[in-house]
Amino acid sequence: MNKVQLTQSVQKTVTGIPGFDFIADGGMPAGRTALVAGSAGSGKTIFAAQFLAEGIRQLDERGVFVTFEERPEDIRRNMMSFGWDIGNWEAEKSWAFVDVSPEPSHEVAEVGDYDFGALLARIEHAVRSIGAKRVVLDSIGAIFGHFSNKKRVRHELFRIASALKDLEVTAVLTGERTDQYGEIARHGIEEFVADGVIILRNILEEEKRRRTIEILKFRGTTHRKGEYPFTVIPQEGIIVIPLSAIELKQRSGDVRVTSGNEPLDRMCGGGLFRDSIILVSGATGTGKTLLVTHFIDGGAAADERCLLFAFEESREQLGRNAIGWGTDFDRLEEEGKLRVVCEYPEAASLEDHLIHVKQQIEDFKPNRIAVDSLSALERIATVRGFREFVLGITSFIKHQEIIGLFTATTPSLTGGMSVTESHISSITDSIILLRYVELFGAMRRGITVLKMRGSTHEKEIRELVIDGQGMHIGGRFRNVTGILAGNPRQVGAEELEKLDQLFPE
Amino acid sequence: MAKYLLKLYIAGQTARTQQAIANLRSICDTDLSGQFELAVIDVLERPQLAENEKILATPTLVKELPPPLRRVVGDLSDRDAVLVGLDLAVWDKKDQARK
Repeated sequence: MNKVQLTQSVQKTVTGIPGFDFIADGGMPAGRTALVAGSAGSGKTIFAAQFLAEGIRQLDERGVFVTFEERPEDIRRNMMSFGWDIGNWEAEKSWAFVDVSPEPSHEVAEVGDYDFGALLARIEHAVRSIGAKRVVLDSIGAIFGHFSNKKRVRHELFRIASALKDLEVTAVLTGERTDQYGEIARHGIEEFVADGVIILRNILEEEKRRRTIEILKFRGTTHRKGEYPFTVIPQEGIIVIPLSAIELKQRSGDVRVTSGNEPLDRMCGGGLFRDSIILVSGATGTGKTLLVTHFIDGGAAADERCLLFAFEESREQLGRNAIGWGTDFDRLEEEGKLRVVCEYPEAASLEDHLIHVKQQIEDFKPNRIAVDSLSALERIATVRGFREFVLGITSFIKHQEIIGLFTATTPSLTGGMSVTESHISSITDSIILLRYVELFGAMRRGITVLKMRGSTHEKEIRELVIDGQGMHIGGRFRNVTGILAGNPRQVGAEELEKLDQLFPE
Repeated sequence: MAKYLLKLYIAGQTARTQQAIANLRSICDTDLSGQFELAVIDVLERPQLAENEKILATPTLVKELPPPLRRVVGDLSDRDAVLVGLDLAVWDKKDQARK
């Protein structure tokens, strides 16, 4: 009876690879063999090594690494950059190598029939001697290079796979792929010896590299479908970013906080929601960074901590401008109410930026964060990648009840939508527009609240004046029309009267 | 003359193992004129030896002496291939015998 139950459901074993267990619905099928296939440079060996490393570090599960390509000393050295001290783990018998890497002096002739009995005996010996729960074979396709009898190799691989099952270990095989979207693995055999197939990709899209991971199948159990981006970072290894699997279950509170500008709070119906995302869109010089500065100042005055990610200006430049408007960044940073993180968008990939943003948030634990500007990040990403980035950062901060203020730069001076806006406006809760208004040969600025999820807000476009004290929101552009279209036109008193009669109460 | 030191790695007493041992004995007796020392190592009993020597397939025959070190894998049924693969000096002997 008990046995029947065991064969009915496949247990999962937590891998400990960040994000992976989520897309794998709990982890690798326990006691089974999964193929991790990918082209050269897709991260197969890292995935395999991390599978063992996280097992040791997080779950006290030991592992055996069977290497067919790289020599153990190379693996030890390469994985050191992720902070995995394999040599030390070997010493404490948490990790064991079975070295099947090619040895130039071992060029062998085949003289009759043979099997892989010795390899099998070595794997079994290694597993038993340290009590391993996890086994990695990297990469099994390489064994085809050692031997000429393909049929024999195939048969022996099946034998090894079945022996791994008898050992009750969870195994990861890696396999080389020739195409990003073609047959699963080079020798057309690897996927048949495994119960599950995971594909790593390293795709060149619009001249940008994008890594994704996809679970193609887990025999007899569930997993999330589709490709998920991942990144490989020093001292951490692989981090899977399960973006499209993010649950939109965030609580929506009705606690309001200040934007740092009282008239703007009034326009928003009494302040901004604490767990909302606000997009501020405007052309260059309309006052986006100033609004961010007020946002920080308002937070600090309410004893909140603010984290600013600046992708356009240097720390010095930001500080100087803020002082001019009466906000002392240096003092706020000393008091621990502010942290400014300045980075070049081009310095890292979007996935790496996302990980970094998350690390900073976890480290500083802010009440509010500002990103100035989101559009700067658009340059380094594809449309899809950018949307995923915004979705990732949005859901992350919403889970922690942090308010987020993002700025976006519109390409044209008057009117128009930025690319940023059109891709992410549905994700944000509120949108504030800053616009230039050309009137009687002078450039003036306008501000309006376009959208405010869960609250009423003012519909008027008001004048925005920037001076030495910061921004001041003035009266409505009462007799002007066509501002948002980028074509403002003065309207006479008569027309206004007509307009009033158009919509009788 | 030099004495041959041979090591045969096997995985249990299978039919293939028996075959390999029989073939090897025959080669040794006829081509090495009995001037050899043979060790048969069962990797199931001594897996660590297989690990140290990086043995992958079984049976594997290693000629440790005289140098150079040579390895062949298989049940040794292809006699000529075994002799070539182990770089045994038997060809010279045969040539000399013919002269």
